[in-house]
Amino acid sequence: MADLLEVSGLTKRFGGLVAVKDMHLRVGAGEILGLIGPNGSGKSTVMKLIMGIEKPNAGSVRIGGVEVAGMPSHRIARMGVGIVFQHSRPLHRQTVLENIKLALLPDSLLQLFAASHIDDRAREIAARVHLDHVMDRLPGTLPFADLRRLELARAIARNPKVVLVDEPFAGLTSGEVADFSALIASFRAEGHAVLLVDHNVKSVAALVDRALAMYLGEFIAEGTADAVMKDETVRRVYLGGAIQTAARTPLEANNSAPLLEVEDVSVFYGKAQALQNVSLHVGAREFVSVVGLNGAGKTTLFNAISGLVPSTGKIRFDGHDLTGRTGAQIARAGIVQCPESRELFGEMSVRENLDLGGQHLPRDVSARQLEWLLELFPILKSRHSQAARTLSGGEQQMLAIARALMMQPRLLILDEPTLGLAPVILEQLSKALENLRQNTEITVLLGEQNVTFALPHADRVYVLEHAHFIWEGSPERFAVEAGAQFL
Amino acid sequence: MSNTKTFAIAAIVVVALACLPFGVSGYVLGLLTLAYYFGVFAMSWDLLFGFAGEVNFGPSFLIGLGAYTAGMLNHYAHMPIWGCVILGSLASVIGGLLLAIPALRLSGPYFGLTTLVAVLLLQNVIVLFAGWTGGEIGLDLPDVLSIDDRNNYWISLAFMTISGAILFGLSRSAVGLILQASGQDAIQAGALGFNVTKHKLAAFCVSALFSGLAGAMLIFYEGTASPGTVVDIGVGVQVIIAAVLGGRRTILGAALGAIFLIVAGEILRPLGEISTFIVSAVALAVILFFPGGFLGTLLHRGAR
Ligand SMILES: Nc1ncnc2c1ncn2[C@@H]1O[C@H](COP(=O)(O)OP(=O)(O)OP(=O)(O)O)[C@@H](O)[C@H]1O
Ligand SMILES: [Mg+2]
Repeated sequence: MADLLEVSGLTKRFGGLVAVKDMHLRVGAGEILGLIGPNGSGKSTVMKLIMGIEKPNAGSVRIGGVEVAGMPSHRIARMGVGIVFQHSRPLHRQTVLENIKLALLPDSLLQLFAASHIDDRAREIAARVHLDHVMDRLPGTLPFADLRRLELARAIARNPKVVLVDEPFAGLTSGEVADFSALIASFRAEGHAVLLVDHNVKSVAALVDRALAMYLGEFIAEGTADAVMKDETVRRVYLGGAIQTAARTPLEANNSAPLLEVEDVSVFYGKAQALQNVSLHVGAREFVSVVGLNGAGKTTLFNAISGLVPSTGKIRFDGHDLTGRTGAQIARAGIVQCPESRELFGEMSVRENLDLGGQHLPRDVSARQLEWLLELFPILKSRHSQAARTLSGGEQQMLAIARALMMQPRLLILDEPTLGLAPVILEQLSKALENLRQNTEITVLLGEQNVTFALPHADRVYVLEHAHFIWEGSPERFAVEAGAQFL
Repeated sequence: MSNTKTFAIAAIVVVALACLPFGVSGYVLGLLTLAYYFGVFAMSWDLLFGFAGEVNFGPSFLIGLGAYTAGMLNHYAHMPIWGCVILGSLASVIGGLLLAIPALRLSGPYFGLTTLVAVLLLQNVIVLFAGWTGGEIGLDLPDVLSIDDRNNYWISLAFMTISGAILFGLSRSAVGLILQASGQDAIQAGALGFNVTKHKLAAFCVSALFSGLAGAMLIFYEGTASPGTVVDIGVGVQVIIAAVLGGRRTILGAALGAIFLIVAGEILRPLGEISTFIVSAVALAVILFFPGGFLGTLLHRGAR
């Protein structure tokens, strides 16, 4: 029997860059193929080529034996292909129910009213991905994981034969990952062919039937997940080593006045309380991690500190009260946040984004800083004139972090920096943080739910749950006292 | 707001408006008659901008095409009004398609720029062939819709009501949802199996149809077709301001905005030059401080 999805000789060039080169892969009915590779290796591009969102320069894509390469994406969708994008993109003015219904409508100009069975079907699908309790809410009010569920619901609405899933686990907690894994496994059980991309190596390995690795747009290895992970090249270019906890010299500055003091801070969004009387302090040169599940309030806390959302309570930085200061003033005082949403200037090049970050620095300092950052993230160097909008997910994350560092902040706030990064980059980032700690005066506040990354870089850890802190202590005690739900 | 409630409010407003001729002067009726045609221009524009996400800087291209086709047929071929109006709106759909098919391939602001250039072209053609078209002065029409103020008023009110109902219904329908998806995120809509170009083209056709229809009706109300009333860039700008003022994505708000603009402009007219300034300043203030427009802001308050 022919495989449901067959790709061969697939090639895609963006200007001088060959993003995908002579790729081949096949996925059969009832099979999950894991596609792994470092950031920018071309995984998402392969998916977009299959879906018809990008047109291949060469090669063939067959769905159930029918050639679809070069067709517009709406026709490929109707041939039975569905995609879950790396970034959620719901219709923001429509409710969850309407968003799912949309995916069920026929592509006709004459169908003015949705048939009644569409409503029922939409509810069925929502129940399947556990969205049934939020049917009438707007996507903007949903927690992160539910947005990903919505994305999944829309992709499977038409019951496609081939499902392409791009980084479903990014930003999810381990409980949610298990949930999503089960859902994806159920697609397999129903005979769909699933192509899965994710950097959560453990979860991918546990789920897939086969794995295929790519690097710089090219095939490098294929086989069982175990075999691929053991492959020499895969280890070198993708997995890297384990993240090390460096021995921490206790900070002599610990008993000096804290750099950042947050006292009794609350934040309301409309009626909902997102942060409830939260207090926290960060000493100069201290590295503090705030861990918490999705929706616990980490981003809200950081936004309150950066002056991006109005809050009650007191926030002092270096002894000065920040109440009433604008976000721009706070940034100039030395608090720089690298937001989860990245906030890059999409139409500007990588280099321009970085230069903007270093604008207030003297020429030679910014040049040195730039050089150091490009060494840290070499891929940004090779992409320096590319528009930020077209970078791969992981490349965008690196750029966001690099731009924040360009500003030479006194207090760096990193919100979920690991989102979408390949293991090997995590290792580099980890080393970079250690390097900063040894050689600069920087203070870091790190928000993460990935505790394997958060703990090795923390002098102290706070646990945030349902809008307030439930635990504070050293990383060593964390595993024993608070880690159960994270580890 | 639920659909039944919208319907109820709209029905009350329409009935109240229909009773106006028994209470107000012919001068006021004339003003409102004009405003209702403008209301249809603005609603058609909102379907394209608010739903399909395409900014048409040249609504008066579609309006003018419909108006002049109808006018010339009447003037030269002595075709009855209904025939002129039908062929006029058809011309505006065809002209619109000729413009939109290549223009929709361009992304970003380029679509809008193309539509802008189209208006300038149309205006130039009318002036260049002044011998045929009447040029800047305009084209006299042998026929008019009616010579009675009240009849003219009712015709335009009925026309706006029906057009509004159709456009509003369309925006709330299944195709309206697909259209919004195409406007907000064309890539996603494509991946969900929707032919984005087809849906946007259809929206453009509908918008062109009603614009052309309203343009043709308007000149038969006025008895003359001139660039200043149906083609000039300024007319298009008024339509756009009206729609944004009334509330993007609401369709019905666009009609409110149009009525406001025309009535306010007339009330302030004795002030001379400064009246345009005041109306523009008010429009700017609304857009800056209530980006939802009249109806958008109202609905938002109601929803809380
Ligand atoms: N439109 C474009 N123009 C230029 N370069 C592009 C464009 N789209 C993607 N690229 C480049 O192609 C390469 C492959 O990108 P792709 O998004 O496929 O990577 P990926 O493997 O999905 O990475 P990640 O794991 O970070 O998501 C990247 O280096 C990216 O910068
Ligand atoms: Mg990707």
